[in-house]
Order: sequence, then structure tokens, then C-alpha cells
Amino acid sequence: MSSGHHHEDDHHHDHHHGSLTHSHLPSDPVLRVKAIETLLTQKGLVDPAALDALIDAYQNRIGPQIGAKIIALAWSDPDFRAELLRDATKVIGDMGFTGLQGEHIVAVENTDDVHNVVVCTLCSCYPWSILGIPPVWYKSEAYRSRVVIDPRGVLSEFGVDIVPEKQVRVWDSTAEIRYLVIPQRPHGAQDLSVEQLAALVTRDSMVGTGLPKTLGEAT
Amino acid sequence: MNSIHDMGGIHGFGPIPLEDDEPVFHHEWEARAMALRMAMGAWGKWNLDAGRHANERLSPQQYLTLSYYERWITSLADLTVEAGLLSMDEISAGQASGTHDLGRDPINAEGIRGVLKNGRPSSRPVEVAPRFQIGDFVHTNKDSPENHTRLPRYARGCKGKIVLHHGGHLFPDTNAHFKGECPQHLYTVEFSARALWGAPANERDSVMIDLWDSYLEPA
Repeated sequence: MSSGHHHEDDHHHDHHHGSLTHSHLPSDPVLRVKAIETLLTQKGLVDPAALDALIDAYQNRIGPQIGAKIIALAWSDPDFRAELLRDATKVIGDMGFTGLQGEHIVAVENTDDVHNVVVCTLCSCYPWSILGIPPVWYKSEAYRSRVVIDPRGVLSEFGVDIVPEKQVRVWDSTAEIRYLVIPQRPHGAQDLSVEQLAALVTRDSMVGTGLPKTLGEAT
Repeated sequence: MNSIHDMGGIHGFGPIPLEDDEPVFHHEWEARAMALRMAMGAWGKWNLDAGRHANERLSPQQYLTLSYYERWITSLADLTVEAGLLSMDEISAGQASGTHDLGRDPINAEGIRGVLKNGRPSSRPVEVAPRFQIGDFVHTNKDSPENHTRLPRYARGCKGKIVLHHGGHLFPDTNAHFKGECPQHLYTVEFSARALWGAPANERDSVMIDLWDSYLEPA
């Protein structure tokens, strides 16, 4: 595990020289992707219908509306909320919403005393099966580098100001556990239906960088 | 490995790039890059950790020059060459020589839907009892391994507290290098923001990080 000497026969695979193929590929991203897709298709290594199915799934089916449904249930049903906090993988799996990049899920709740926010400093791990593809800001160098060292400053850029007396917990997703923030239910929302509640839940509120919509904002 | 992907705590990346009404993909080539990367993963020639490590093996200059999906497509090219699915000659020429000889068809749309639904859980049985209980204090190690690892640099050599135990999970440090899954107990460790970043941090704040048994020693 400690640093050591490079072996002669490792020379061509030396990690510190970077990508093998980068300088052999077109620099324009459109052409670069096209080149790889053409090679893999010619070679019979990809089925174009499989690529279309993947893109369709994330463009049209798997997105933050799934997470919003889960949060709305947690806001309206105390037993569901308790089970979600106890074993989110089981609860969300029973709903059919665990899956790729959402195999193991832990739900963490925002309270009057604690605000939770999620990041992946090492890459861009995100609960794809319930929130879809992560937004650009989540994958950005700025967010990944800053939110662990200056969570309050980052949150204020999102328009979320946390009073100094409240604890901020930053969850750095370094393993295959995916974190879902249960935001606090907006004031006055206790009589809304699950569908109406789901309309208040924003993507960012489930990552911890936003708050749910207020009743006024939803109308 | 100590490289630029390990971004927690770096200064200078500027404000968070926020965008209203962000599309799932900004360009068609981004969707194609995502789909190619995921469809090629289904051959089983590399695993999730090896895929992440391929991104990390971009040089720091390459990593910061390339956008998120450019990293994906470039490291996919690297992975296909390393796995023997494409040759450097084919990459350079942009022309495939013949078809693959893997003896089966690539994953189809139905197969993709199965992968999305089932995911690839990382939980594994572990024979030994957990060394730590909730509430135990631990120290993280200070190693600088050249291999793939999921202990961020900003949390090395720090004292924290075990707050969650996730059971056994395969170990990225070996799995990324095809040296076996070698499952270990996985914990969430809470670090006070002051332990990580010093006095300017809010005394209430903390960072929660998922860490494997061998990163930890009793404190």
C-alpha cells in the first residue's frame, strides 16, 4: 500500500503518464465520441438499441420525480418515514426504485438542529436510481472541492443560509452507499396530498443544497 | 493514488456553476458517451472500481482539461485498449480491423433494462466480526498508496467516530486492480470539521465519510 519503485516492466503502464489514448483521439468532443462509437460499432461491441435504451431511461424515466415521491410519502406517513430512516434500501427496493447507482441507500433527515448535504469529492457518486443523472454543479470541481471545507459558504451560493447554531453534516459518498436527504416539510403543508407534497420537493432539496418549495412557490 | 481527482479541500475552483432548468444532457455527444461507457461495462472486462481508477489515471492536466463526459469517453478508450477489445492501431486509424471474437452478442436493450433495475450491489458476506462498534473512536491511516483508494487525502491521519456500520462490502483498493473483491466491514466515520480543517470551521459541523476497516485503527 505504501509508495514504492516502478518496475521496469510497468514502464508503459506508468500511472503518472496519464491516458494511453488521449493524444491519439480527436480533440473535439463530438468527434472523439463519434470515433469511439464508430470503432465499437464496427467491432460489434455495442448494440445501438442498447445505447438508445440507456439514453431514453435517463432522459425520460429515471429522475428526481422518483425521489420526490419517496420524500412526499415520508412527509405524510410517520411509519413510512421511520422505516425509511431505519432501512432505506429495503423501503425503496420494495417500491422498485433501487437499481444501478442506487443499490444501497441511506436516508438522512434535516431537522431544526441538523442540515445534511451530500457530495462525492473523489468522483461524482450520486443516487442515480432515485434522482437520475447528477447535474453539472454536482460534478463540478468547485462543488467537490469546496463543500467539505466550506459547506456554509457553498450553501449560501445556492441561497441556503444556515444559522451558526445549526449543525451542518456533509456526507462524502466514498463507497457504494448513496445518501438521500429528507428535507424538512414546508410550513402549512400538513394537509396536502402526497401528489401535492411531491410537487414541493426539488432535486437540490434531496441533495441538501436546496430547500423544498414553499406553498406559495408551488402555486 | 494522490492525484487531482481527490479534490476535497482544494482552493481556487471558484463559484459553483449553477444553471436554471438544466437539461439532463447538454449535448447529444454527452448522452452517447454515457451510454457507450455503461454499455461497454456490461462485458465484465472491468468493474466499477477499475472504471473509476481509469478516470483517476488521466494526468492531472488531462483531468482538468477534459469535461466530465470527455473524461468518461477517454478513459473508456483506455479501458478498451487495456482489455484487448480495441488496439492502439485501431484507435489511431479510427478504423476497426475485423470484429470481436468474444463469442457472444453485446448487451441489448432488454439487458440494459435489467442492469438499470438490478444494479450491482457491492455488499458481500464477511467472515470476521466487525472490529468497531457504533461510538468507537478511530484513526485513519496516513498511507499514500499509488493504487486506487477511497480514503480522501483530507481525511488521512485524522481522528473520527464510527456512526454507521454497513456490513461487508467489496474493497475498491483491490477490486480496481483485479486483485479480488476482498470484502471488508464498511463504516461511516464522523469527523469534526475542526479536526479536518482547523479552528475557522464551525465547531458544530462535521463530515461523514464511508471508510473500510483497513483504513482504520482504534484511537
